[in-house]
Amino acid sequence: MGENGLTAESLAVGYGRNILISGIDISLRKGMIITLIGPNGAGKSTILKSISRQISPLGGAVYIGERELREYDGINLAKKMSLMMTGRVDAELMTCEQAVSAGRYPYTGRLGILSPEDRRAVREAMELTDVLSIGDRFISRISDGQRQRVMLARAICQEPEILVLDEPTSFLDIRHKLKLLDILRRLVREKNIGVIMSMHELDMAERISDYVICVGEKGIAAQGSPEEIFSKERITSLYGIDKGSFEERFCTAELSAPVGEPKVFVIAGNGSGTSVFRRLQRLDTPFITGIIHENDLDFPAAAALAARVISEKPFEMISEEREQEAVRLIDSCESVICPLDSFGAINEANRRLKEYAERTGKHVIK
Amino acid sequence: MMKGTRRYVTGFIILLVLLTGFAAAGLFYGSVSFSPETVIGILSGAEKGTTAANIILSIRLPRVLAAIILGGGLAVSGYLLQTYFANPIAGPFVLGISSGAKLAVAMAMILFLQNGIYLSSAALIAAAFAGSMLSMGFIIAVSSRIKRSSMLIVSGVMIGYICSGITDLAVAFADDSNIVNLHSWSMGSFSGIDGDDVKAFAPVILLSLLAAFLMSKQINAYRLGEVYAQSSGVNVKAFRLGLILVSSLLSAAVTAFAGPVSFVGIAVPHLIKKLFGTADPHIIIPASFLGGGVFCLMCDLPARILFAPTELSISSVTALVGAPVVIMIMAGRHNTDHQ
Repeated sequence: MGENGLTAESLAVGYGRNILISGIDISLRKGMIITLIGPNGAGKSTILKSISRQISPLGGAVYIGERELREYDGINLAKKMSLMMTGRVDAELMTCEQAVSAGRYPYTGRLGILSPEDRRAVREAMELTDVLSIGDRFISRISDGQRQRVMLARAICQEPEILVLDEPTSFLDIRHKLKLLDILRRLVREKNIGVIMSMHELDMAERISDYVICVGEKGIAAQGSPEEIFSKERITSLYGIDKGSFEERFCTAELSAPVGEPKVFVIAGNGSGTSVFRRLQRLDTPFITGIIHENDLDFPAAAALAARVISEKPFEMISEEREQEAVRLIDSCESVICPLDSFGAINEANRRLKEYAERTGKHVIK
Repeated sequence: MMKGTRRYVTGFIILLVLLTGFAAAGLFYGSVSFSPETVIGILSGAEKGTTAANIILSIRLPRVLAAIILGGGLAVSGYLLQTYFANPIAGPFVLGISSGAKLAVAMAMILFLQNGIYLSSAALIAAAFAGSMLSMGFIIAVSSRIKRSSMLIVSGVMIGYICSGITDLAVAFADDSNIVNLHSWSMGSFSGIDGDDVKAFAPVILLSLLAAFLMSKQINAYRLGEVYAQSSGVNVKAFRLGLILVSSLLSAAVTAFAGPVSFVGIAVPHLIKKLFGTADPHIIIPASFLGGGVFCLMCDLPARILFAPTELSISSVTALVGAPVVIMIMAGRHNTDHQ
């Protein structure tokens, strides 16, 4: 983690005279990725526009390196910072290579003729983002994923120290999302660029970011390392999640749990139960599940979706008490589902539960 | 890259051949036709003072030069406006800028001629420039409020009608005999342009053309949109102002001498982009200039010859050729939008 890239001190942003968010502090060093997360309309884009001088800051200060943002002229700022936005670009009859070359603007002469050095930078950027093979194609005729990478190459060949990206992965399929993030990581590592971006994909944000800033409805809600930020409580309150839930361990979401008196008992564990829970959720059937260790793969989905979870502490044998509780609950249910087929020393109780269900004439489904 | 370069060279050769061909035809044919030998002889200085020399040197040559230079200026003006508004069917005629210039010139002429003051070419261009800036200002105000590009065109056409309506009224009520020729001018025509006129507008248009060419780098960056242009270092405000001034000056200079000429500004840049397979301003600005010249020379021939000695307005002919091109553009755009 190197020298200062971009610093914002008690920055206030907004449109016209309306301050949307104030008191923003950002410290982006080179070789680091900062991600802004938060609900739609909270102001992630507004912050990015303010630090890249598309709109004027309404208070506080932004520094690029040691100098204030407003001290830079257009060309010098362009050599420090480049952009990639979400919107579609639709330049007619413009090849991908020409679009990338537009990033050399601050370096070319009066007429914008590319020097061999410019061509090398263009080529290198296109290589890095894997768009060399489509250089001759028109930018209006390529896929969204390709277009994002072309525009990223444009931003890279501008040779900035800071890269500002507004939702770079939105509208991309999973393969292209991963590819783009992989390129960003390489860029940060190999070229020591500082990246600040906004993102909606929490799982990806957690994995790629060095630092996360939560932009909530009422301003900056929290900031810190991904480990600090991606907790159930923070994400739930940041986005105001009221239907379904956020699962912190895998950074995924579950739909809301079915409500009502549970009539089904699922004997789960070892990851076998998760898909059953989700199917029951789709059928809007409330259920009880057990006995699941708290470190089991099934536990997060069970906690999110089941009316009740009978759980045991990690690595402990299932206690007598828990087993008795499960037996009582099986009695109260009409049917039992048992996707679990491997029983070992610590979950031996689950085998006994299955046998009990069969013995007492419950409808047992595998 | 080679493929591109070869295509560009071929494109320029085609344009130059067409330009020479139509220019020659413009000199040879008319109410009286001359043989190529006569024309070449006259151009190289023989037969001074004859009627033939007079026709060629004071009527046909200025007219051919006017068609080339004014046509080229219109095409480049259209290309700059298309860049400014990010809209392929923007142009000085459609946006009412030519009509604004026409109105201002007609008013100035009527006002001054009735008081017995003869207007210099510079004053004509100045009046036209003021008029075109007025229309331009209105269009920019509308476009900043309404983002839909179809609305931009509609309001431009409306401004055009308003300005033309006022001009027609003014011309009808002005009874000075000098104003009679205002009528054919206000419909758009290359007739009546003499050598002095050419000397007046040629420098204005060629300097504007140079200014436009020097903006190629910015135009290129601007093609990706305002945000990207700004982020790569373009001074967007200054650039947009430059675009407005140069495109208005070009269409003003044209309108001051030839009246409003329709569709050249839209059709020519579009056809040129298709011919060259690129929209790179370094190529398109000079090529559009040549293309505008070819287009206007080509349209001026039937305007002069078809019903000689009566002349058709040049706009009737350019509209016949240009309007279908506009329809083609819109149909093509519609298709790509849904791909």
